[in-house]
Amino acid sequence: MSSIEDRVKKIVCEQLGAKEEDVTAQASFIDDLGADSLDTVNLVMALEEEFETEIPDEESEKLQTVQNAIDYINTHLA
Amino acid sequence: MSKRRVVVTGLGCISPLGNNVSTTWEGILGGKSGVNLIENFDTEKFSTKFAAQVKDFNAADYMNPKDTKKMDGFIQYGYAAAVEAIKDSGIVATEKNAGRIGVAIGSGIGGLDTIEKNYAAMTRSGPRRISPFFVPAAIINMISGNVSIEYGFKGPNIAITTACTTGTHNIGYSARTIAYGDADVMISGGAEMASGMLGMGGFGAARALSTRNDDPQAASRPWDKDRDGFVLGDGAAVLVLEEYEHAKARGATIYAEVTGFGMSGDAYHMTSPSENGAGAAASMQNALNDAGMNAADVNYINAHGTSTLAGDVAESQACKSIYGADADKIVISSTKSMTGHLLGAAGAIEALFCVLALRDQVVPGTINLDNVDPACDLDYVPNQSRQMALQHVLSNSFGFGGTNGSLIFSKI
Repeated sequence: MSSIEDRVKKIVCEQLGAKEEDVTAQASFIDDLGADSLDTVNLVMALEEEFETEIPDEESEKLQTVQNAIDYINTHLA
Repeated sequence: MSKRRVVVTGLGCISPLGNNVSTTWEGILGGKSGVNLIENFDTEKFSTKFAAQVKDFNAADYMNPKDTKKMDGFIQYGYAAAVEAIKDSGIVATEKNAGRIGVAIGSGIGGLDTIEKNYAAMTRSGPRRISPFFVPAAIINMISGNVSIEYGFKGPNIAITTACTTGTHNIGYSARTIAYGDADVMISGGAEMASGMLGMGGFGAARALSTRNDDPQAASRPWDKDRDGFVLGDGAAVLVLEEYEHAKARGATIYAEVTGFGMSGDAYHMTSPSENGAGAAASMQNALNDAGMNAADVNYINAHGTSTLAGDVAESQACKSIYGADADKIVISSTKSMTGHLLGAAGAIEALFCVLALRDQVVPGTINLDNVDPACDLDYVPNQSRQMALQHVLSNSFGFGGTNGSLIFSKI
């Protein structure tokens, strides 16, 4: 089983059509990876599916960067 | 105000016969059938197990792979056809002309497949599983929207939806828009992808489809006495229309002129044609009036010709009533015998065939026409395309609800 970090990055690549080298921990979905508001909703849905969880809207709004997403999953699922 | 002249300067299509204009046209002139058994879902319980689907289509060849997920198949087809047509025309938006270039590409039904998938996700796991792209991926005007966004076309942006007359109405509307002066260039056409479960089940329930499951490629047989309904087709076609002087000034390739557009309503029945094809005849007559022509000036009619029992007879009667004493001059064929019925894309791809017929001075045949129905007694160009001199050709489309449209194209 790959690490949570790898799994999050893989989903970000798939959902945003981003290149692997651009998906750094600090990368912002909107500012660095070209996502729009719909893309970010879709990304959160994909994360929910991958990690079999539900991320409440007030939490998902705070997920701005790859690291935010990794931290969220680590805190809530680890 | 005098009408401005409108010409065709670009063509593009995705069809059951091929994913570009040249392959598709080659198939048409060769009398090929694009019909296939459906393999994308289990058809066991469906009365019709075949359709004329698009083959080997890769949306990522035309757009950013990430955007393919945001477009239903019908949008992908329409967008891809527009890409080919725009490239063919050489039209490029600049700061100065962007507002004079518009888009009008419709669909008869829209994103059925996307509706089906999202409904299934919602039923299975609740409303939170509905994709944020569901609505923009499914609604009909999103081909026009996506094309304008990609190319920067800021003129009129619209998508007319009139069932099987959609393509014809979008092209006719586009020609009017240019003639009236609201735009200099219009990217116009139609697209459809309805061969999923809901589409096949829905048209099957309406008893509109052929059920010739033992010989699908012989199922679309307009005017043949053994016809038993239409064959659903997927695909898209786009024509770039342009004001004549504008096209000449930039040295564009001019395929043909749009000389006439007519419309009518049957005011009769939801799905059946009006008696004696009165609505169809009115539509053709209105197009002739718009063009300032007599019926006998039209050398070829690309029929609506869907291979349904009532529709094929009604259209034949309508043509005879328009031509009157010149009925023996009618040359009419149905390319749906090869492409199937592309619904909202039908009028667009048939307009495209009319334009190519004028260019190559050849009339497509009607395949599978083995025994002509005695109630249909015109020259339907059976089974073989035919070289002949063409100056004016007419394309018909008739849709559920009794919505009719006819276009006339002329050699220039």
